[in-house]
Amino acid sequence: MACVTDKKTPGRSDTGLRTGLGTRLRVELCGLTLDNPVIPASGCFGYGKEFAELYDINILGSFSFKGTTKEPRFGNDTPRIAEAPSGMLNSVGLQNPGIEHVISHELPEMKRYFTKKVIANISGFSEYEYAYCAEKLDKEDQIGIIEVNVSCPNVHGGGMSFGTDPSSAAKVTRAVKSVTSKPVFIKLSPNVSDITEIARACEDAGADGLSLINTLLGMRIDLNKKRPVLANRFGGFSGPAVFPVALRMVYQTASAVKIPIIGMGGISKAEDVIEMMLAGASAVQVGCANLTDPYVCRDIIRDLPAVMDRYNIKNLKDVIGGAI
Amino acid sequence: MEDIFTVRENIHVTENVCRMTVTGAGAAGHRPGQFINIKLPGCFLRRPISVCDAGSDYITLYYKTVGTGTDIMSRMAPGDEINALTHLGNGFDLNVREGKGSVSPLLVGGGVGCPPLYFLAKELTSAGVQPKVLIGFNSPAEVILENEFKQLEVSTQTVTSGFVTDSDMFTHGDYDYIYTCGPLPMLKAVYDKSTCKGQYSFEERMGCGFGACMGCSVKTNSGYKRICKDGPVLLKEDIIWPV
Repeated sequence: MACVTDKKTPGRSDTGLRTGLGTRLRVELCGLTLDNPVIPASGCFGYGKEFAELYDINILGSFSFKGTTKEPRFGNDTPRIAEAPSGMLNSVGLQNPGIEHVISHELPEMKRYFTKKVIANISGFSEYEYAYCAEKLDKEDQIGIIEVNVSCPNVHGGGMSFGTDPSSAAKVTRAVKSVTSKPVFIKLSPNVSDITEIARACEDAGADGLSLINTLLGMRIDLNKKRPVLANRFGGFSGPAVFPVALRMVYQTASAVKIPIIGMGGISKAEDVIEMMLAGASAVQVGCANLTDPYVCRDIIRDLPAVMDRYNIKNLKDVIGGAI
Repeated sequence: MEDIFTVRENIHVTENVCRMTVTGAGAAGHRPGQFINIKLPGCFLRRPISVCDAGSDYITLYYKTVGTGTDIMSRMAPGDEINALTHLGNGFDLNVREGKGSVSPLLVGGGVGCPPLYFLAKELTSAGVQPKVLIGFNSPAEVILENEFKQLEVSTQTVTSGFVTDSDMFTHGDYDYIYTCGPLPMLKAVYDKSTCKGQYSFEERMGCGFGACMGCSVKTNSGYKRICKDGPVLLKEDIIWPV
């Protein structure tokens, strides 16, 4: 039995990716021009440091940093990770050092290895906490977009509860919009019966865009212990297995709103990016594929031109919503 | 950090424990206590396995077949290739000095916690430090690495019934520092029953293995630490139980 991957050459120069791709991959997101639509998703890329040691992360369109809250959080007990066929569950629970530390330490450090605008992912337990973080980040030049996580499935009494009720999601949207002039994207939960209802409520409340989908609530049970694998019992399911679900929800949402969408959920290769954009995404995020293959975003960006050629796509932005 | 290796040997050394030796240029530069994270066909997550020994072109791994991933590993044959992320984790700090000079270390291993201590013993002896080695197993049939330790000409005691912490070497031995790796209850017993400082290597379910996902974080007296990146080795004074 062999496990051979032939696609990667560790240590290869990334400079060609930075300079040689021209404008074919370029997309616009609320006035922000991205060299390509590939954005590592929040929670799967930390603050970028671990990946900057592996490749020049300036080849990315942008990245969405680790979900940040007003106060520092340790998160949930371990085990926080479980495996599933074609995917994984996590119940990290928004571990982060808090907004003050992110602004005073992480952002200045990030400046040394990432020169583009970054997406600031924030979460909270009240409208006030979301607005508090957004107001602080509004003053930071490095931030291109504020992504508001109303869909974390791993935090009790917060996170997802805002994202499963249209009026709560709208209130958070208004609270954040009132304190920042930066584009605000609301990150939506798939754990709802009609995602378009929440999407429209956010759009009506002034959201500049939407990110979807967050993880699907799931669980695993250990057959030896006959207990849930995750200490938190439930966790967010992600990985290639959820791609068709994510694609369907992006497609439905893109048909229901006019604001741009960052599509995510199970993306792991260049073909997935194009499929997600055909469903209506203006850009994409790559999540847990970064955890199993730290070079995946670099490889997707490298592979996109050839895959576009194969499907007669001249410019990537031309395919957005093409299947609708 | 990512390398392709070729399996050179993959055999059962006990009923449930296998030894795999792989070759490849990415082997060079590993430190005792570090691990590699192996991609396996049919498994979404990689499997973190401690390095038992490494040279410029080979890595030796011991692993217990406990589930899908390690079962797949156990069926690999010489010539098969594996993709692994390498040089992961902090590893043991060998340059410990207390007071007037270098320490007299005791290495305490339990089960498949012994392999990283073999690498450590090897590096310590080549640095001129003579460690004592205390290894424990649930039964005589489960003993691994005993001969390999003895070949290093280090004083080795093997325990196959009862607790390593009840052995003479632990209770009356001449040592002033402990390096340990093994099951949590053993680590806790070593922690509770020893008076000297030391380094403890922990295991945790991991997402990425290189510090990105926060899947394996624990609270310590020096703040939150990721077992995969800031560990797996923690200083005794940093440990907060339960880990």
